[in-house]
Amino acid sequence: MIIALIDIALLTFMGATAIAILRLRSLFAVVMLSGIYSLLAASMFVTLDAVDVAFTEAAVGAGISTVLMIAVLALTGERERTPSHTPLVPLIVVGLTGAALIYATFDMPAFGDANAPANLHVAPRYLNDSFGEVGLPNVVTSVLASYRGYDTLGEVTVIFTAAVAVMLLLGGRKGDDAGIKNEPEADAEANEGADADSDPKSGGGGTA
Amino acid sequence: MLQAILDHYNYWIAILLMMIGLYTVVARGNLVKKLVGLNIFQTSVFLLYITMGKVTGGTAPILDDRFTVYSNPLPHVLILTAIVVGVATTALGLALVVRIRESYGTIEEDELDLLDGET
Repeated sequence: MIIALIDIALLTFMGATAIAILRLRSLFAVVMLSGIYSLLAASMFVTLDAVDVAFTEAAVGAGISTVLMIAVLALTGERERTPSHTPLVPLIVVGLTGAALIYATFDMPAFGDANAPANLHVAPRYLNDSFGEVGLPNVVTSVLASYRGYDTLGEVTVIFTAAVAVMLLLGGRKGDDAGIKNEPEADAEANEGADADSDPKSGGGGTA
Repeated sequence: MLQAILDHYNYWIAILLMMIGLYTVVARGNLVKKLVGLNIFQTSVFLLYITMGKVTGGTAPILDDRFTVYSNPLPHVLILTAIVVGVATTALGLALVVRIRESYGTIEEDELDLLDGET
């Protein structure tokens, strides 16, 4: 019962945080709240027995994501403008999708059901045999590194691709000009002034 | 009735969060805000998966003689991978935002549309 109460409290907090994120206009507050949201999610994962996931979410979701977003806010400004159009169509679409999904949950197995289909397929085999086959007490590690090792290889490929793409997007200008730290602001202003100049590289060259 | 609510509360909140994230992505014009919305959506999917792997009375899937019931480890593995991939895509999105800000001087969707029409 205690677990259920913690569960409900954390979920309600998550909902409240998400609504606050949606409604706030100060992007700094939004990013901070998204860090809190990730931390709440991590606590939630602990109550749901997913300790490895909780570690990762706390370190990566609440830590690295927040740092990245604050770094971007420093470059782009932290105020969101009020939109000019009314968001009626998105509201209808989201409402309909949500209603359909809620309707679908009535076919889902009850929370914590040990006989749910998801818990009867390969999971018992992993739990019973992985210690003999891999020799690690932590089943999540066994599955991640051994049974589903190719998954992890694919994950590493994705991260490598993303890292290469980020470096191509942001790192390529180092050769053009040395003063890269303050360049984005000046660059953007130069572009606004020149207006027709859509190529950022030539814009940066103009300021330098 | 109460039991029915308790059985599905996790799913409902996951869906609520999913819809808030989706709405933020669709209806808000600021690109950083859109990425935060994408993160909310993503975390709600993680919540949905982990919820499905929970077994009542179970413990974390780390084998020990004192326990007999464990939660399902498979969703944990899938979501572990998804979290890390999610951060990689967030970083890529943020890099694109920085690049757009450099080229156009704004990250508001309305203004970007106007600027695109001019050039």
